Order: sequence, then structure tokens, then C-alpha cells
Amino acid sequence: MFANLRPGRVVAWIILTTALVLTIFPFYWMVRTALTPAADLYAGSTSLWPDHATLINFRRVLGLVDAAEARAAGGSGAQINFLRYTLNSMIYSGSIALVQTFCCAMAGYAFARLRFPGRDLAFGIIVAALMVPPIFTLLPNFVLAKQLGVLNTIPGLVLPSLLMTPFAVFFLRQFFLSIPREVEEAALLEGVGPWGMFWRIVLPMSRGPLITIGLTTIVWSWKDYLWPLLVGKGEETRVLTVGLGVFLQQSPNRAPDWTGLMAGSVLSVIPVLLLLIFLGKRLVESLNFSGLK
Amino acid sequence: MTVVRRRDDRRVGWLFLLPVIAGFQIFYAYPTVRGVWYSLTDYSLLNEPTFVGGDNYRKLIGDEQFWNALKVTGYYVVVNIVSQTLLALGLAALMHRLTRSVVLRAALLVPWLVPNVTIGLLWAWLLDPDLGFVNHLLGTTVSFNSPNWAMPLVALVNSWAYTGYTALLLYAGMLQVPQHLYESASIDGASEVRMFRSITLPLIRPILALVLVVSMIGSFQIFDTVAVVYGGKAPIPETRVIYYYIYQQAFTYFHMGYAAAVAMVLVVVLGVLTFVQLRMLRASRSDLT
Repeated sequence: MFANLRPGRVVAWIILTTALVLTIFPFYWMVRTALTPAADLYAGSTSLWPDHATLINFRRVLGLVDAAEARAAGGSGAQINFLRYTLNSMIYSGSIALVQTFCCAMAGYAFARLRFPGRDLAFGIIVAALMVPPIFTLLPNFVLAKQLGVLNTIPGLVLPSLLMTPFAVFFLRQFFLSIPREVEEAALLEGVGPWGMFWRIVLPMSRGPLITIGLTTIVWSWKDYLWPLLVGKGEETRVLTVGLGVFLQQSPNRAPDWTGLMAGSVLSVIPVLLLLIFLGKRLVESLNFSGLK
Repeated sequence: MTVVRRRDDRRVGWLFLLPVIAGFQIFYAYPTVRGVWYSLTDYSLLNEPTFVGGDNYRKLIGDEQFWNALKVTGYYVVVNIVSQTLLALGLAALMHRLTRSVVLRAALLVPWLVPNVTIGLLWAWLLDPDLGFVNHLLGTTVSFNSPNWAMPLVALVNSWAYTGYTALLLYAGMLQVPQHLYESASIDGASEVRMFRSITLPLIRPILALVLVVSMIGSFQIFDTVAVVYGGKAPIPETRVIYYYIYQQAFTYFHMGYAAAVAMVLVVVLGVLTFVQLRMLRASRSDLT
């Protein structure tokens, strides 16, 4: 097909390869910086591989060295524990993805299949909320969290998105509408009730979209910054993004602690990278707007 | 069948909806009403909100910082959306005509998986005026502190982060285009560029429009990047975007009422833009059907 287009094809591949390099190289530089002793960095080292590769930056952001040693390696010596932040991030995004996907699947099923008065109105109101930018509800939600006394607690962090987002409800309803009714009708005749239908028949049939929405929710909540910054800035409840922000502010006065920051950054990438390696095909193929109307 | 269909699932229906309705009431509906109310009050987080009518909105009209925030956000959105969409379209078209590789697509998706905070830090480092690798490579000293360069840089950094993701969405749309169209065009001697213009582009228009709407709404919400590239300090005026301005008003100066009023303006701006774009989307149904 491209027999007459060889040179064009070569150029196209060169462009694609360039795009790939531009995408990946900054991450390589992140790792490279994280493995460099701070002293080398400030001496202006720009070789592709650090001359004296070291793990000290990882050890100090994981809180494995004492303050004096951390200061010697270019840190501020302040208490920092990325292991805990990683764990908090996992709890935060994992619990939100799990509970939210399940609750929204229940609602999506009711909106798609059950018949009762007020159903379409309720759905319309929820979809209308897609239009409200998060910052608008974030201000009063912060006040609410403060009044409930859940600032700097895990429940305070997860609650606003634990049960639902309008998008997940919308997405799953559209999917449930698209599956053929025959299977459910056969089960109905056998006397399966709505709950049995949802739990034993519809959910197992919907693994693909459920994983899609679950994965997307994990990724977005993994990246969350503003809400956790307001509600979970305390040491106990810091997620990775907030931990990085706090660490940045603690930088010793002369310049940011780049080697430490890049070590912390690497830690914020590894878990999602693992997700991509194990579920990459699923994730890549699920990015599709064509089915949404 | 019709007998079963006519059942009324009233009780079980609302039971299925219970968690979602509860979450919606408490964390979406209630705060929306409260947000509108705050925008009409003087509220510092410490006192009780007191009703002041349209005062916050009147103050807004004369607030240069607010207009500046709106202006720089608009500038950001234009640079970000234009560069990101054009690059993504190009990448998607190349992938579509060259390869189905999952590994390649997964690799292009990596920046999307990474928190914007990390991306901001990484590029603040790469663009460090003294030690940054990009500045070293290009022999330049630009950074997020250069007034003329700051905003384009922030926009390009985020385009870098989201181009792969956008390209994958467009690529998925291109896969829907029937292959035989390309085959017959190729027999007729059409060039690749010609095929892209006359086949691919018209047929993915609806998806392109949807991607544009969604990424534009997302683009207005730029916050994380400018919040970290200044080392945790406030951004320079050239990059003090609307989200940051709201955040600053609410949590640095404790002008909760005023912050809510600014957020209201953002709601209206986004509402109008979405409406206009959706109208255009409807007017541009795919030529495929």
C-alpha cells in the first residue's frame, strides 16, 4: 500500500520516534537526577549517566537516614516520609475507585433499566452537575469538612468523591443502555429479582467498562492535588502530591533540593507505571470517546 | 415481555440510587447552593457569613487582578488547546496509518498518568535557568520566571503532558473510519495528505469536537502546575490563573465570599463556552452516517 511512499514513510517514522523520545526523555532525566549526589549536580554535571550514582536521595526521602546525613546530602533535614505518602495515595485512590465504581454502577443500572417515577429527572440533575467546575463546590466542601471536624483525616479526604462523580454515573448508564436486553429478559422469566440481576448477571457482563472507569478514577485521584492540599496537609494524611509540595517548600534556602525532589517524583511515578505495565493494553484500549453520546 | 416491562421498580430503584443520591446531595447539590449564597456574603471562614447583596460582584468589576487572571487563563487555554490538539491530531494520524502497536501507545500515555505536581516539578527542574538540562542543551536561560515566556511555557508543559492522551482519543476515533475508503483513495492515486484532509478529518469531526470541549473545560482548571513551579510561592502575575486567584482569595486572604463570586463567573464562562461548543458539535455530525 505504501510501496510508492517509502521516503514519506521513513519521515513519518522519524517523527513518531522523535515524539516518543520527547515523551520519555524527561522521565529519564528525572531518574538520572534522583541518582546523582547533590554536590555533583551543583557542580554542573550534565552527563547522561551520573558519575557517582547513589541511592542516598531515595533513602532520605523515604525517611531512612537521620537529619544530619540528610542535610549533608543536600536536604533540609526536616522530617519527610514518602513511604507513608505513597501508602496514603494508594488508600486515597484505591478506596475512591472501588467504592465509587460500585455505587455508580448501581445507580447507572437503575437509570438504565429500572422504571420508576422521577428517574429521568434525577438523572438529568446529576448530568447537569457535570457543568459545575470543581472549584465551585470545593470552597463550600472545605467549609463542610471543617464544620464536621474531619480536616486532616482520611474520611475527610475521600468523602467528597467516595460515593459518586456525575461522570461515572453518566458513563456507566450509557454502557448499561448499550447491552442487549435478551439475557436479562430470560433471567426475569426465571424469577430473578433486580438485585440478583444486577449482582449475578449484569456486573459480570460489564467487567470491561467497570475496569475502565475504575482505572480512570485511580489515575485521576492519584493526580489530585488541590483538595488533598486543603484537607490533608497534616503529616499523617499527606498524599504524594501534597508531600512533594511540602517537601518543595522545605527546600534549604539557596535553591530547591532538586535531587531529593526528583527522587520523590520518581516515587510518585512508579505505582502508576506498574499499573500501565500490568494493565496497559486494557487502559490504552479503554481510552475511547466513540461510544459516548 | 411487555407485562414484565410495565413493573414499577419504585422502591428498589431508589434503593439502588441511595448511595449516589446521598453523595450528590451532600457534596454536589448542597455545596452548589452554599457557593451561590457565599458569593452574596462577606465571609472570612472565621465569622458567620453576612449578606451583602451584589457587593462582591460590584467589587469584581473594578478588580484588575481578577481581569488579569481571566486574561492570562484565556491566553493559557488558547496556547494549550491549539498546540495540544494539532500535535495530537498529527500523532494520531501517523499512528493510524503506520502501526497498531500497543507498546507505542502505552509509552505515549505515560505523562498522562503522572500527577501534574510531578510534571510541574520536573519541568521547573529541566528549565532551571542555571542547571536545567533543557537550558543547557539549547544554550538558553528561560524559566517560569521570565515574564514573556512563563505562560507559553506553562501551556507547552501541559500540552506535553496531555498530547499523548489526546492523540489516543483521536486515534480511537480514526479506527472507526472504514479501511476501504483509504484503499479506494489510494488506488485513485490520492496522497496521504489528501486522504487525511478528505477522509480522516471530516469523518472524525464529532469526536474531535467532543475532545475539544472536554479538554477546554479541563484546561480552564489549570492550577497544580503554577502552584508548584514557583517553589511553593505564589505565581508571578503573568501566570496567576483564575483557579489560583480563587484559591488565593479563599485560603490566603480568607475572602471566602469574594472567592465564591469569582468562581461563579468561572461557572458562567464555562457554561457559555460549553453551550457554544456543543451547538457546533451538533452542527457537525459525522459524514459517515
